[in-house]
Amino acid sequence: MTKITRRSLGQLTAATGLAAASGIRPAAAQAPSGPPLRIGYSMSLSGGLAGNGRPALATHRIWADDVNARGGLLGRPVELVHYDDQSNGAQVPGIYTKLIDVDKVDLVVSGYATAIIAPAMPIVMQRGMTIVTLLGTGVNHEFRYDRHFNICPVGSQVKETFAKGFFDIAMAMDPKPRTIAIAALDSDFPQRTAESARFLARQHGLRVVYDRSYPPGTVDFSPIMRSIQAARPDLVYIGSYPPDSVGLLRSASELRMSARMFGGAMIGPQISALKAQLGPILNNLVTWDVYAPEPTMQFPGVESLLRRYREVAAREQTDALGLYVPPLAYSQMQVLEQAVKRVGRIDQAALAADMHANAFDTVIGPLTFDALGEWTEERNLYVQYQGVTDGNLERFARPGTQVILYPPRYKSGELRGPYGASAT
Amino acid sequence: MTVKTEAALRPRPALPAGHIAFWGGAALLCLALVAGFRVLDNEYAWFAGYFILQYVLLATAWNILGGYAGYVNFGAAGFLAVGAYTTVALRKAFGLDLLPCIAAAACIGGLLGLGTGWLALRLKGVYFAIATLSLAVLLHTIVVNWSFVGGSRGAYVLRPASIPPFVSYGEYLFVVMLVLAVIGVGIARGIEGSRLGMGLAALRDDERAAEAAGVPTLRLKLVATTLSGALMAVAGAPLSHYTGYLNPEAAFGLAFSVNAIAMPLIGGAGTWFGPVIGAVLLASLQQAATVTISSAANLMIVGVVLVIFAAAAPRGIVGLIRGGRHR
Amino acid sequence: MDPELALLVNAIISGLLLGSLYAAAAAGLAISFGMLDIVNIAHPALVVLGAFAVVVVSGGLGLDPLLSAVLLAPGFWLLGAGIYTAYHHFFERRGDQALHGLAFFFGVMFIIEVGLVMVFGADQRYVDPSYASITYYFGDIDLPLRMLVPGASALATIGALALYLRTTFTGRAIAAVAQDPEALRLLAIDPVRIKRFAFGISVALAGLAGGALVVVQPIDPWSGHVFIGRVFAIVIMGGMASLSGCVLAALAFGVAENVTAAFYGPSWSPAVAFGALLLVLAFRPQGLFGRAA
Repeated sequence: MTKITRRSLGQLTAATGLAAASGIRPAAAQAPSGPPLRIGYSMSLSGGLAGNGRPALATHRIWADDVNARGGLLGRPVELVHYDDQSNGAQVPGIYTKLIDVDKVDLVVSGYATAIIAPAMPIVMQRGMTIVTLLGTGVNHEFRYDRHFNICPVGSQVKETFAKGFFDIAMAMDPKPRTIAIAALDSDFPQRTAESARFLARQHGLRVVYDRSYPPGTVDFSPIMRSIQAARPDLVYIGSYPPDSVGLLRSASELRMSARMFGGAMIGPQISALKAQLGPILNNLVTWDVYAPEPTMQFPGVESLLRRYREVAAREQTDALGLYVPPLAYSQMQVLEQAVKRVGRIDQAALAADMHANAFDTVIGPLTFDALGEWTEERNLYVQYQGVTDGNLERFARPGTQVILYPPRYKSGELRGPYGASAT
Repeated sequence: MTVKTEAALRPRPALPAGHIAFWGGAALLCLALVAGFRVLDNEYAWFAGYFILQYVLLATAWNILGGYAGYVNFGAAGFLAVGAYTTVALRKAFGLDLLPCIAAAACIGGLLGLGTGWLALRLKGVYFAIATLSLAVLLHTIVVNWSFVGGSRGAYVLRPASIPPFVSYGEYLFVVMLVLAVIGVGIARGIEGSRLGMGLAALRDDERAAEAAGVPTLRLKLVATTLSGALMAVAGAPLSHYTGYLNPEAAFGLAFSVNAIAMPLIGGAGTWFGPVIGAVLLASLQQAATVTISSAANLMIVGVVLVIFAAAAPRGIVGLIRGGRHR
Repeated sequence: MDPELALLVNAIISGLLLGSLYAAAAAGLAISFGMLDIVNIAHPALVVLGAFAVVVVSGGLGLDPLLSAVLLAPGFWLLGAGIYTAYHHFFERRGDQALHGLAFFFGVMFIIEVGLVMVFGADQRYVDPSYASITYYFGDIDLPLRMLVPGASALATIGALALYLRTTFTGRAIAAVAQDPEALRLLAIDPVRIKRFAFGISVALAGLAGGALVVVQPIDPWSGHVFIGRVFAIVIMGGMASLSGCVLAALAFGVAENVTAAFYGPSWSPAVAFGALLLVLAFRPQGLFGRAA
């Protein structure tokens, strides 16, 4: 391939890229040619992380189709090479050495979450590869690798900023709340969120009246909820994962738990199956999120992505609405795509330098990365569920149900309180 | 004495010449493997090799208690995790390197094994199996609540890129595990041919009769549980260096417990060679399935293979080969 | 009521409700593992299979999940009879069931779990019967129907089964088969047929327990793992071959977990429960509620 055609191809792909971003499919893009450009990663398709791993993979496939329809990357067709790690970190080092040494992938990204990202890092670092990871927390605080970039709204100051939104909203209430209860699952991410809540509670002079962790595999949450209830907190901050989020919220509703603000970092309501299941129990819950279909967050391309994702999801039985992982997973690939286009070749050092230096336009908005590869500007959303009457998912796809209360930039509604028995 | 002679019929007593052949063969095999992998010049070979070898050691260790003495340990993952977390703790506390950590893991695993041995004195069959399962749950809970080793958050182990004279850290880990696996298999083989092995076989076949015939069942059981526990912990000791990050879910993974039982069974429990062949086959199959089929279906393979072997070839592959020879 | 006392009473009551769920999951195992001496490690996976079947049936026909579970019970009985036939053919007949039988059921467990992932995906499934959102309140004490209805149904089913085992000829034969199969032969009863029948019942119970489980909590293909240790612990603490012992042990297990969670923090509740099991095994191997050997 001559230089001229490659350059003109680059211009063409840039143009069609714009067209695709605005939802218009190019009529006839130049077909990609040459050896495929291979992107390798480990993805959890079975085991505990599969619930989020499968939607991420479905999204990556949509991205690959998009890119190839636009003429590929650097004129080459993009090919995804991924292996199932069974949600088991011990499988990951083997998978990445296979990807790099045997499959000779050109680029690597990561699967979903810290437990899968961290075991990949030593291998990736040894090879000097640039890696764009998906929803890790604090991984690079340990490794301090300058070619690591994380797609996660949490940012690098987790303790100081993670729960800030929750506390900002809470402290704006009149009268000011005075007590807080904190409960968190014994697992990495929930414990970090609880640490942030503890830190900020001290900063705001709130009295912590309950602070416990519970183990994975807890079946009955009523003792926890009852102990919290007995402590009569103004605020309740919970760090949980999907199976326990359901149990906690159901127990709260059964025990007529009430608090002026209730929620925190509950992973679960973001997922469609749980939205449908919990329905009105979600009303007035204030919880952390990464994306909500509110008018303030209509970034270019996100609507078209979600529309296409939902078609795939119905076929492949992955998360129906795709409001949690898919926008992030698509952005993960967009960051890689844009850096490769700017650099113009596969050069790991240059890619990393580009990612540190430049901004990215993604379906979850503009992004820049700091020295550790975290988002320069944390963007922890706190949303409140409002006006939910049943488990009909269509409501959750529309604006006005997950109202964004924080950050002020994306704010789309006002806090309603309190949570619990008196609210419904 | 009748019991002893009966038991002696099964394992062939190892002659000194046999020992030399075994160790010589093992050394040659090791050298050939390392040399071959170096020629391949492929980091993946080291990692896949480590993955398989850790199972060789784990299956061999399980077999010392489960295969020779007939005591089923359901909590292999617990022992493996104890080894892995010994490394994490000592590294964090004293900055120790991997090798002294492995030695320490052997001691701690051995002590824990001794504790299980005390259970084995009182419990038989399924009760013992369930007791080991509970022990694993108990250990899991302790690790989750032990913040020094990272608790539920997991612990990061920053390993060096390479350790001379090895070309990469992957090769170093592979060689370490290779040596450990050979030692483990050697110990198992030594037991099989010794009075200890015969005693264990006697108590597996009929504990009361063995006791009546003067086999010191009590002491034998304690020795077997201690050795088995120590080797399982050793199999787990380098895990945190392999993954670079260790969390309780990974260390106590069900896959370890299942494979520790499945591999000796498929290879042929009660022989030193059975677990080796079972581990090499099943672990290679799993590794291969992970990078080829790569969907939930590769766990299905483990299930199906296990069912087929348990049903159709109860003495495992070793049994199939020997059976074929007899016919 | 004094708040501390209210907390304790509620922890005990919710522990009893939780215990009833455990009893449902463990009762089938008390038959297969306790009476028939078959170490069915796949029992919790069968419970989850039952739960998925209930989700499909109650979703498809719009039936109550517990009613669906009852309708599915004959199917599960057949499944159990089929599994036992294979188990008997390959293991029991040869007399090496201890280790290989165990491996067989491990394999069955994997096949069920992976099969469920392949058919249903990895997402959580749930049912939503109308009573699941109702709670009765008696002063400071509350009884959520989400726990009460499945728990009470489970206890009623186990009660009926215990009555059946005690009063009918076949029932007594089941109780006898583990202790002395030869005696049954003398009575011209085929012990294999009795065991097949009984194992079918145990798997049918797993299906019913699946119905109870899915009312209590959403399920995914791996939900069974949480229960593996617990159900075996319960059957052993209950003294193996005794349904009443199994129920008592299950209730004790639930209460121990919830009281620990309420007063000492939920982090330690599994350790307390399993620590108790280890102590029982070490000092009273015939079970808490078993007769002294």
